[in-house]
Amino acid sequence: MGLKATSPLISLSGFSLQIGGRRILDRISLTVEAGEFVSVIGPNGAGKTTLLKCLDGILRGGEGRIEVKGRPLSAYSSRELARLISYVPPGDGTPIPFTVREFVLLARYPHLSPFSSGGKEDREAVWAALEATGTGSLADRYLDTLSGGERQKVLIAAALAQGGEILLLDEPTAFLDPKHEEEVYRILVQINREGGRTVISVTHDLNHALLVSKRILALKGGSVLFFGPPQIMVEQGILELAFEKSFRYLSHPDSGKVLVFPEWDL
Amino acid sequence: MREERGRPRRVVMIWMALLALAVALLVPFLGMRTIGLESVLRGERGDPDSFIFWNLRVPRLLASLLAGSALALSGMTFQAMFRNSLATPFTLGVASGASLGAAIYVRLGLSFSLLGLSGLSLFAFLGALLSIGLVYGLTRVKKGFSTATMLLAGVAVNFLFSSSILFIQYLSGVIHSFRIVRWLMGSLENTGYRSVWEMLPLVAGGVALVLCFTRELNLFLTGEELAQSRGMDVPRTKRTLFLATSLMVGGVVAVCGPIGFVGMMVPHICRLLIGADHNWLAPATLLFGGAFLALCDILSRTLIAPAEIPVGVITALLGAPFFLWLLLRGESEKGLL
Repeated sequence: MGLKATSPLISLSGFSLQIGGRRILDRISLTVEAGEFVSVIGPNGAGKTTLLKCLDGILRGGEGRIEVKGRPLSAYSSRELARLISYVPPGDGTPIPFTVREFVLLARYPHLSPFSSGGKEDREAVWAALEATGTGSLADRYLDTLSGGERQKVLIAAALAQGGEILLLDEPTAFLDPKHEEEVYRILVQINREGGRTVISVTHDLNHALLVSKRILALKGGSVLFFGPPQIMVEQGILELAFEKSFRYLSHPDSGKVLVFPEWDL
Repeated sequence: MREERGRPRRVVMIWMALLALAVALLVPFLGMRTIGLESVLRGERGDPDSFIFWNLRVPRLLASLLAGSALALSGMTFQAMFRNSLATPFTLGVASGASLGAAIYVRLGLSFSLLGLSGLSLFAFLGALLSIGLVYGLTRVKKGFSTATMLLAGVAVNFLFSSSILFIQYLSGVIHSFRIVRWLMGSLENTGYRSVWEMLPLVAGGVALVLCFTRELNLFLTGEELAQSRGMDVPRTKRTLFLATSLMVGGVVAVCGPIGFVGMMVPHICRLLIGADHNWLAPATLLFGGAFLALCDILSRTLIAPAEIPVGVITALLGAPFFLWLLLRGESEKGLL
């Protein structure tokens, strides 16, 4: 029995979603506490992206319950939800014809009063977000002129400016070079530890997930295969189950942290 | 790609306003017969110049400004919602839907008005709404819609409505049928003050709605999912903007017929000049749209004077190559800019 009767930040119970007669998510039950860093892994088509979109209200419907701060997701208006949860889409290179400053200011939408395009407070939030992601020098560049890494940082800056306590990311470092990968993760870890925001990140890079996550959620075929600390995931051989192939584990020569690489049979 | 912004937007906007003002002040003096300022100012009873100026050219100017602004703004709205320069009410068949509505009204020989709106305008509005419903339905059935699919759907919708109009014409008498044909070409020929008053409520309503949604139009440009995640109710915003577009297109088409391509060219040119931010783009589009159609109308009145070329023919002659240029530029698959 807990002493405090606070409800978890996010809780799903028996949540299922069908799209076009196909069951994408299958009876998912889990809770995420405030301040956690959760990585979501699993094979292609496991339902990772769909789960993020359901949490963010982009996809509505489904059976079962999703609750955010003890209140059903469906009871939130789009605006209310946007003030609580922000989403960083996969870097798919969709053309966005705005400057960085304009784009990040657009993220203040859920805070704006009708017809306003942003006041002093909003401009300050934009600037703080650009500073936090080290993208201040890009403010007047057009998004379509940025490199993949710069663009990804700007997308994160926009999510920060939006100001929610929950940050959802869909493959934040896909297509990035090692330097930008590190920068993006440094930003995310900082947001999580110093900013106290809850981060839920879908990724295919297992080592990133092992390195930064408090807990890892492994999905397979739309159901939860595992949800727990990285160390236990490794010990239980979850990766082998999830991806149906063998992995090798090493410990980092200096830090001793566990590293994983898939064993190839070419 | 622009690295930095070129001219300040404020300067572009001032030029747009000056252009619109110059056009509005000059156009009524020009035509087959150039009218001097003095005869207008004197305004003597029985002076033919004064009569032409105040009773023919000024209302026609007002009608072209209204129609041009509304068509351009509805084009801008569609381009933003579909994130594609080729998507306009004209290319997607909304204008022909409005035409069908109007043709049905004419054919049925109805004559009524509701809340001060003529039945013709209401029928055109309903036709526009119906075809927008079709387009909306198509985009919902097929998610992740390519430019090609969308344009083909537009062609199909266009065919459907055009052949229905042909059928109505077939059922009509010769004189009637000829009037429908002339009207379908899109013309400002018979616009008087009455036409202006007829267009005004629908057009003003649609324009006002769109101007309230500039932030939402900006969010559409970042993609629907991101827009939803930023807290915009995407389905509701879409419905509202579709309604606004139907009002504008219906109002214009009922009076002037389907004048094509204004809604494609004007916002695109404005976007190149002033950028994609709708807080600036929408007013610029309004100003330039009105000026553009008024200028096209000068051509339509003077090129083969004393006869007239319907203004819809002029805009189509300008617009079709523009359309091909946009299509062949090859960036249309990627999106807006």
